[in-house]
Amino acid sequence: MLEKRVIVCLDVRDGRTTKGIRFKDNIDVGDPVEMARFYYEEGADELVFYDITASAEKRKIMIDVVRKVAEVIFIPFSVGGGIGSVSDMRNVLLAGAEKVSVNSQAVRNPEIIEEGASLFGSQCIVLGLDAAYDETMPSGYRVYIDGGRTPTELDALEWSKRAESLGAGEIVLNSIDADGTKNGYELNLTRLISTSVHIPVVASGGAGKPEHLYEVFTEGRADAALIASMVHFNMYSISEIKDFLNKRGIHVRMNG
Amino acid sequence: MIVVVDYKAGNLKSVETAMQYLGADFTITDRPEEVVKADKLIVPGVGEARAAMENLKSRGLDSALEDFFDSGKFLLGICIGIQLFFERSEERDTECLGFLKGKVVRFPEMEGLKVPHMGWNQVEIVRDTHLTRGIESGSSFYFVHSYYPLPEDEKYIIGETDYGIRFTSAVQWENLFAVQFHPEKSGRSGLKLLSNFVSM
Repeated sequence: MLEKRVIVCLDVRDGRTTKGIRFKDNIDVGDPVEMARFYYEEGADELVFYDITASAEKRKIMIDVVRKVAEVIFIPFSVGGGIGSVSDMRNVLLAGAEKVSVNSQAVRNPEIIEEGASLFGSQCIVLGLDAAYDETMPSGYRVYIDGGRTPTELDALEWSKRAESLGAGEIVLNSIDADGTKNGYELNLTRLISTSVHIPVVASGGAGKPEHLYEVFTEGRADAALIASMVHFNMYSISEIKDFLNKRGIHVRMNG
Repeated sequence: MIVVVDYKAGNLKSVETAMQYLGADFTITDRPEEVVKADKLIVPGVGEARAAMENLKSRGLDSALEDFFDSGKFLLGICIGIQLFFERSEERDTECLGFLKGKVVRFPEMEGLKVPHMGWNQVEIVRDTHLTRGIESGSSFYFVHSYYPLPEDEKYIIGETDYGIRFTSAVQWENLFAVQFHPEKSGRSGLKLLSNFVSM
């Protein structure tokens, strides 16, 4: 039976991770390669890197980070942020990432999904989707871009289906309303999208404790759950989270 | 020397880094003469069966693989690699290498079952071989595929996985080993499997 994935998200700016404190075992907290190794060894099923570097010039540093990460972890990982062309995609994939994720650029230019999927395969192409509740939209959720700052005219459900038909292989669905609250994932939004598309949906935003992952895997019908601060700030370890899920009957990978 | 066959079917970077990590003596090539001379062979790859076969043929690698298989030296197929070892694939009705009797079919459409089968799933080891030595039955491996092998003869099967249906996820026949999952992306269990192959 396919297992529910627990995915750790790392934000990287100018080649350094932006979150994370109090790591044990002399981990250099700012080093994405060290942090990747740490979570890999702890039993994370997958990692996601978001490059939040502001200047295009410094983005080249990210490719070097990707290359080094690929040498130390043997689980899939994806890279997003600043991917604006198939050539950006190619650079990230050739450096060793399993998947690339596109968000604002896919809204501005949906063909990038189609081109990426036909060149590299759908399994490589992830749509990052930031949505917030908006009762004026048909599904009740509006798509935002530019890190959640800019509203679009797109309906979250319609955009998900469109991205799937263009060839996206997975959706990372971030709830702007839940993000940063630590009060749990947006279950309605997650269930709405996950039951409407035929590709995996990764829930993102709002995780504060292991119960939240349980909820999003059951009620939210998510295929995977993204976590960040709950592990970066040492509140929980990956194995604690997985033990909790396993005891409550969720199939997760236990053998690291 | 272990040879990893590069026939332009997807990205070999992860196989390469895993082999480096294991300290294996290996090289990556698309030249048939190097394939035939290898001590061991790895046939990796992601993508689509017909394109993969066409890429093999255009480089003369199909007959090199056949010669290698006949030589009795160990070879390991990964993902699309396992599929190419069978006679036919339903994927664009493709004739494959035919080292093993059987075909490759698509996952049936079933309620709630997403295709491709993508993520971690358990492999039940149904027959012990050197490849799975030290790996517990039921260990999880990383899969990304829409088609799976359907061997004509059960004697090939060494691993099975449940995804709506129970399918063959690992095979062994004579000097041939092959897995549907990606050991190079499957954490410690995957590295163990690769190191078992390296040490054969």
